[in-house]
Amino acid sequence: MIELIDTYWLYFLVGQYPHGPLGGLALTLILAVLGLLFAFPLGLVFGIARVSPWRSVRWPVTALIQVVRGTPLLMVVFWAYFFLPSLTGQNTDQFWTMLTALVVFDAAYLAEIIRAGIQGIGKGQTESARSLGFSYLDAMRLVILPQVVRNMLPSLVNQFVATIKETSLGYIIGLTEVSFIATQINTQVLTRPAEVYLLLGLTYFILCFGLSRLAFWLERHLQQRTMAKAHA
Amino acid sequence: MIQIEKVNKWYGSYQALVNVTESVAKGEVVVVCGPSGSGKSTLIRTLNRLEPIQSGRIVIDGVDAYGPHVKLNAFRSHIGFVFQQFNLFPHITVLENCTLAPTRLRGLKPSEARDEALTLLARVGLAAKARAYPGELSGGQQQRVAIARALAMRPPLMLFDEPTSALDPEMVGEVLLVMRDLARDGMTMVCVTHEMGFARDVADRVLFMDEGKVLERAVPSEFFARPEHPRLRQFLSDIRTPFAEAA
Repeated sequence: MIELIDTYWLYFLVGQYPHGPLGGLALTLILAVLGLLFAFPLGLVFGIARVSPWRSVRWPVTALIQVVRGTPLLMVVFWAYFFLPSLTGQNTDQFWTMLTALVVFDAAYLAEIIRAGIQGIGKGQTESARSLGFSYLDAMRLVILPQVVRNMLPSLVNQFVATIKETSLGYIIGLTEVSFIATQINTQVLTRPAEVYLLLGLTYFILCFGLSRLAFWLERHLQQRTMAKAHA
Repeated sequence: MIQIEKVNKWYGSYQALVNVTESVAKGEVVVVCGPSGSGKSTLIRTLNRLEPIQSGRIVIDGVDAYGPHVKLNAFRSHIGFVFQQFNLFPHITVLENCTLAPTRLRGLKPSEARDEALTLLARVGLAAKARAYPGELSGGQQQRVAIARALAMRPPLMLFDEPTSALDPEMVGEVLLVMRDLARDGMTMVCVTHEMGFARDVADRVLFMDEGKVLERAVPSEFFARPEHPRLRQFLSDIRTPFAEAA
């Protein structure tokens, strides 16, 4: 196993870069980070729309979210892969295809987290903001959402973990992320699939387990801060 | 200051307010009392449109609250509202709670808003807590901050919806004192409260509500000494001698 790592570590980490496109673990991470980065604002908008008092805003977004959540990510990837080019009129490369699919998919899940967060804040906060004279949107922006986002930090980290794992589906459209690279290494070495995929599994596990612990720590930390305040 | 004309409100088939007609003069302090479910909180919440009404008219400071041209946010910003549960914003400091609306809605500079807020916090006895977060304060302190926060919009009218009902008994006094000072400064106030001592000492007029109707209205001395309506007599005797029936 050591010589496997010794030979292929750079390929595993960055793909053919700098002699070809960036790939490997670096691509996986970039994809996950960008995915969450773009999905977050979209999820925020969707989440707010989801609890909007206006039906014309609430219904279409709710429908979209239910459709996406009722569909496997693989389907969304296929849609993005085949549908996006016919929409834009030009071929989209694998990276942007995968990123689009991830953003749409994650935004739907984040929207539900945000919806639950908003509904968990309590009517009194909105009422007191509105009674001071703030508009509905100002009450959201200045009073409700800051509390929601703070409360959802742990969920956000967990969603990042999910996104990292989801990027492996890029394999299916030939995106050279870390799973794809691992398969290539396996094809080259041919005789040691167990070890190659063990290494791949370990990589995902260390990354995701570490982040899960961070989420757990955040959750406890935030909880303690509220408790300390309440008892002070 | 406030004219309420033939206001009716239903929750589904349940009528919460029945033909309520009432008026409050500028500078007047009116206490609304009555058993729970009598509609007193509903009434006060219709005044700044936290609750819609189905018929009738409410005019505050010349503005028809449910009229077609009312600018709801501006209208509400001229009415201070204090909640039973305080509803301070927990993610920002006491000072920021008191400057958020003035900077955003009254267009004050941060430094001006800060000075005003500190003056108001001093007035409710909490200048020292300006940098604390709401969660670090006692219930009584939170409610006093809530009063300061409402006052920061300089409303000519303050509404109190059972401001002391969620407090531990030893903290009721500090909130009532702040309210009394406010009344003495000439603020127009409508208070839903069970604090009969406050009603007796501070109110200009006391209303008694039951089943969505205002059954009696009188100056405090009359109200307590010569209650006319049998429901009010029952209510007052229940408050005064809670163990009468058991004994």
